[in-house]
Amino acid sequence: MPIPQKLKTLVLATVVGMTPLAATAADSAIDAINAYRELLADGNPSELVAAQGEELWKTPRGPKNATLEQCDLGLGPGVVKGASAQLPRYFKDTGRVQDLETRLMTCLQTLQGVDTKELNKARFGKGLMEEMESLVAYVVTESKGQKIKVDMRHPEMKKMYALGKTAFFYRGGSMDFSCATCHGESGKRIRLQELPDLRTHEGAAAGWGSWPAYRVSNGQFWTMQHRLNDCYRQQRFPEPIYGSDVTIALSVYLAANGNGGTVMTPGIKR
Amino acid sequence: MKKMTLIAALLVAMPTAWADGDAQYADFKAMMDSSFRTKGIVDKYRMYQLDFQKACSGDKLPGKKVLAEIEAAQLKTIVYPADGKYFGDWKRGEKIAISGKGLTWSDKTPHDNGGGCYNCHQLSHHEISYGTIGPSLLEYGKARGSSDDVVKYTWGKIYNAKAYNACSNMPRNGDADILTEQQIKDVMAYLFDPQSPVNKK
Ligand code: HEC
Ligand code: HEC
Repeated sequence: MPIPQKLKTLVLATVVGMTPLAATAADSAIDAINAYRELLADGNPSELVAAQGEELWKTPRGPKNATLEQCDLGLGPGVVKGASAQLPRYFKDTGRVQDLETRLMTCLQTLQGVDTKELNKARFGKGLMEEMESLVAYVVTESKGQKIKVDMRHPEMKKMYALGKTAFFYRGGSMDFSCATCHGESGKRIRLQELPDLRTHEGAAAGWGSWPAYRVSNGQFWTMQHRLNDCYRQQRFPEPIYGSDVTIALSVYLAANGNGGTVMTPGIKR
Repeated sequence: MKKMTLIAALLVAMPTAWADGDAQYADFKAMMDSSFRTKGIVDKYRMYQLDFQKACSGDKLPGKKVLAEIEAAQLKTIVYPADGKYFGDWKRGEKIAISGKGLTWSDKTPHDNGGGCYNCHQLSHHEISYGTIGPSLLEYGKARGSSDDVVKYTWGKIYNAKAYNACSNMPRNGDADILTEQQIKDVMAYLFDPQSPVNKK
């Protein structure tokens, strides 16, 4: 997805605009970034990605030459509105807990006959993955403004929550980091980047509720799988496999902690 | 030499770290094992825990006794400079403190890393882009002086932060081969030199 030139100029302007601020305090730099984010919220570039996704959704494609319109995201075949606000969930037909992206993989396979193996390589922004990103943008836009409403009654969901929580606090790697190192206390920052405390309702609602998002710094639309992939990179862990159980377990942990919060997807981020 | 001991320690630590626990923990291990793969310079084995990492992985800290045992064991890993010189070049030290690069799967080599100190600490009078996961170290040398005890403690803290706080969020820069001895000397100079912007306005 190419970025409009206008946006590139805007980004450059903030970077340049930040230099005079160096004389004052770090806080005012953060204020400037927040103000800039609000400015962009009016014209979120994810809209372009979502429009592309909607077209993909409704066009017959793949070996079976079918559309995705009968995809069941949990609210029944064909219901997209509000569906991602209630994901992850346990799906009877696959017998597993799935997040949005793994569920879309199921639909690509069963409805269109698409071989989704390529996605396991997690080459973001390329090939089938780029299509996945557009589909995600389309689906999550249809839940904007809804409440995060993840059904935690199924025992498999409870089990995934417990596994996700254990993963959240799991320290390892060259730097002994866990998710909690960077997201386990409120009001903390890395450099100037504010970090939500994802153990709490507020933090998880803000963090989970605003992804997938358009990232201004590199002009890319990032799915939640991509967000988690990059956090594990910063954590100095090996790579989490796309759609693997650890990514789903963490998603259940974050979504359940954020339950009742507002879906702000697609978000707009630094 | 250092690398070998680290890997050997890991191999020894792994079976114990993975051995205990109930059925739930067995599920957790299986999940982690099937969810990660080697990428670039980060081998899959990096996700297996050292004993202390496991002890520090709860939503609460372990008890006092466990913390004290970890600290005693970590203290023994600290290697003080053989030539007795603790200070390098503060200008190089500043670059190391600012750079957060290294040891991710997108890095080319496991050597030549930054210290990432600014990710977590305020240090100098003029750098405003600092994190707050650790305490401010502004005017560190000026405030603490440079008695042997302070210098030795600071070296030890940078070399292996877990020696003084078992479950510290701060990495083990020396013990885990993040920084070289020379780089730690440069960072030490950055903290203590009266001419360094950490101490001089
Ligand atoms: C070494 C630091 C570090 C670690 C470890 C880390 N993260 Fe992050 N995380 C960040 C930073 C920095 C951001 C800010 C986003 C950016 O980079 O643009 C972030 C953003 C996020 C967000 C979005 C928050 C928001 O409000 O936009 C979520 C959700 C998240 N991380 C989850 C996790 C999970 C789950 C783990 C563990 C698997 C983890 N992170 C590990 C540094 C880290
Ligand atoms: C991921 C976070 C993190 C990083 C990176 C980090 N630190 Fe720390 N540091 C901490 C925390 C947290 C403390 C507070 C005590 C503790 O928990 O260990 C600390 C404490 C210290 C102290 C002791 C302060 C005192 O009052 O005794 C020194 C000195 C220090 N850090 C220096 C450094 C230097 C130099 C670097 C870079 C080479 C660095 N730190 C990188 C988190 C970090």
